[in-house]
Amino acid sequence: MIKTQNVTFSYSATQKFHFPDIDCPNGQTLLITGNSGTGKTTLLHLLGGLLQPNAGNITINNQDILQLNAAKLDAFRGQSIGMILQKSFFIEALTVLDNVVLASWIAKKTKAKEKALSILDNLGLKDHVHKLPSQLSIGQQQRVNIARALINNPSVILADEPTSSLDDENALIVARLLSDLAKEYQSSLIIVTHDQRLKSLFNHQITLS
Amino acid sequence: MISKIAWKNTWFKPLNTFLSIVLLTASVSIISILILLQKQFEEKFSSSMDNIDLVLGAKGSPLQLILSSVYQIDAPPGNISYTEAEAWMNKPMVESAVPLAYGDNYLGYKIVGTTENYTKHFGLNIQQGTLFAKDFEVIVGSNIAANIGLKIGDTFFGTHGDVEEGEVHDHHAYKVVGILEPSGKVADQLILSNISSVWHMHDHEHEDHTEEAHVHAEGEIHHPHEGKEITAVLLKLRNNMAKMTWPRIIPQNTEMQAASPALEVNRLFALFGVGISALTYLAYGIMFISGISIFVALYNMLKERRYEFALLRITGATKFQLLWLVLLESIFLCTIGFILGIVFGRIGLYFLSVSSQEEFKMAFDPFEFLWKEEEMLFLATLSVGILAAIIPAIKAYSLNISKTLANA
Repeated sequence: MIKTQNVTFSYSATQKFHFPDIDCPNGQTLLITGNSGTGKTTLLHLLGGLLQPNAGNITINNQDILQLNAAKLDAFRGQSIGMILQKSFFIEALTVLDNVVLASWIAKKTKAKEKALSILDNLGLKDHVHKLPSQLSIGQQQRVNIARALINNPSVILADEPTSSLDDENALIVARLLSDLAKEYQSSLIIVTHDQRLKSLFNHQITLS
Repeated sequence: MISKIAWKNTWFKPLNTFLSIVLLTASVSIISILILLQKQFEEKFSSSMDNIDLVLGAKGSPLQLILSSVYQIDAPPGNISYTEAEAWMNKPMVESAVPLAYGDNYLGYKIVGTTENYTKHFGLNIQQGTLFAKDFEVIVGSNIAANIGLKIGDTFFGTHGDVEEGEVHDHHAYKVVGILEPSGKVADQLILSNISSVWHMHDHEHEDHTEEAHVHAEGEIHHPHEGKEITAVLLKLRNNMAKMTWPRIIPQNTEMQAASPALEVNRLFALFGVGISALTYLAYGIMFISGISIFVALYNMLKERRYEFALLRITGATKFQLLWLVLLESIFLCTIGFILGIVFGRIGLYFLSVSSQEEFKMAFDPFEFLWKEEEMLFLATLSVGILAAIIPAIKAYSLNISKTLANA
């Protein structure tokens, strides 16, 4: 569950963002759309605690994340927030499986290998777990990202343009997969995108301007 | 897990790490060879010097006299009269005196005419057989026995001089009667006989001389050694005063000189020292360059890996873990370079030892570990790694994740 109130942010004196309030309960999906420059990615980074807003509240699972100090915020982010980025980033030197396991180790100091295998299996990557990420197709890489975001059962999944680099078919598959997984894991899913193809899929939408 | 990432990263782009490791290996191996060489060299020189206060020998270079008589490295400066030397050997201040007479060699190993005192003086024990009792009986050093397979009862002909290719004395054969225990001293590389063997071997050439000469020799019963020459005498003195004064008195009154091994060897080490420190500076220079190479490699890597770092941060890694990751990669590089350097240094010293044994009969032990010095070297290598990584590590530490991701 994630809630915001009166969040404002500015990179400079002239460019000021005032974001609409967000309320996304567990298991639900919220689509945030908007043109370039409307602050989609900025909002996502604020929600993920990567940026500090000028004012307002951001509450995840009843925890006001703005009250946390840097170290606690890092730990909180690892345990409660799963992020899926527009481009797929990996530790290139580690295998697909190790990349996913790494996320569980960083957040919880335990190597959830079994769980990582079952999620990857769920996402149809069973045969690729021991490959290096660079050996996978873009669609497969995006699914590894999803697996990594889910490994710690996060309260919130933040997805930044998760489908923009995929073709129509894969875009719809990934979008459905994400919202299904959010329901299954009882996470709040927030997708920021300018991908028009997703608009017809989700009821809850906010448009930034 | 952080160390696993660091370790995998080290090998993920092997070309990047290759240069750094090669440079580190080179510098560490040079330094470790130098450390071992210097230590073992000094040890070898000092151990052979034990108990020798002065060396009596022909006038000339004192260093040459010491090198030839104590270490069997150089050719002796000349011969001295046995009668003249005996006068000093029998003085009351002399605790023990070891006369040395050089003449022949066998396959490049020196045959030294001496007395029982030699083995006593250097604390040598006979492993098999007995000490030489008669002319042309010899005991051989352990290395010779092992290298050319001489056994008790074997006989061989000496070659004149100190080079293998000299004239062979085939009138008298030497007979092996004893083999020395390994001592780590020059005796391991020597063949010892009594002094008269050396004289007789060379008298032989004059045996056809007239009866008159023979009679003459027989008449000199009280001075059986008159006219005979030896090469040097190793002296241990009871009296410190004598140690100080003899080097001055002897050349003034005789045709001989008395040189102090301690003094000459110190002079030699001082000469070596310059060369060794020059090489050590060079090696540290190479280490410095390898530090720069690690710095450049890590710094370049930062650019392409900033997304990796951002990724680690969004999955919950702390800034400190990123700092540690970068430092750890450098530490791994340095540790690998250090281990390879120590191994290659050992291999290098082994080959050096093989060739120095052939040329100078001096062997080095490549498997000796000087924990203290090598620990220092490891710490030095590690500090180079940490210094090289500190700026890249701080950059990783202070990475702006939001900006990095937004610009992706």
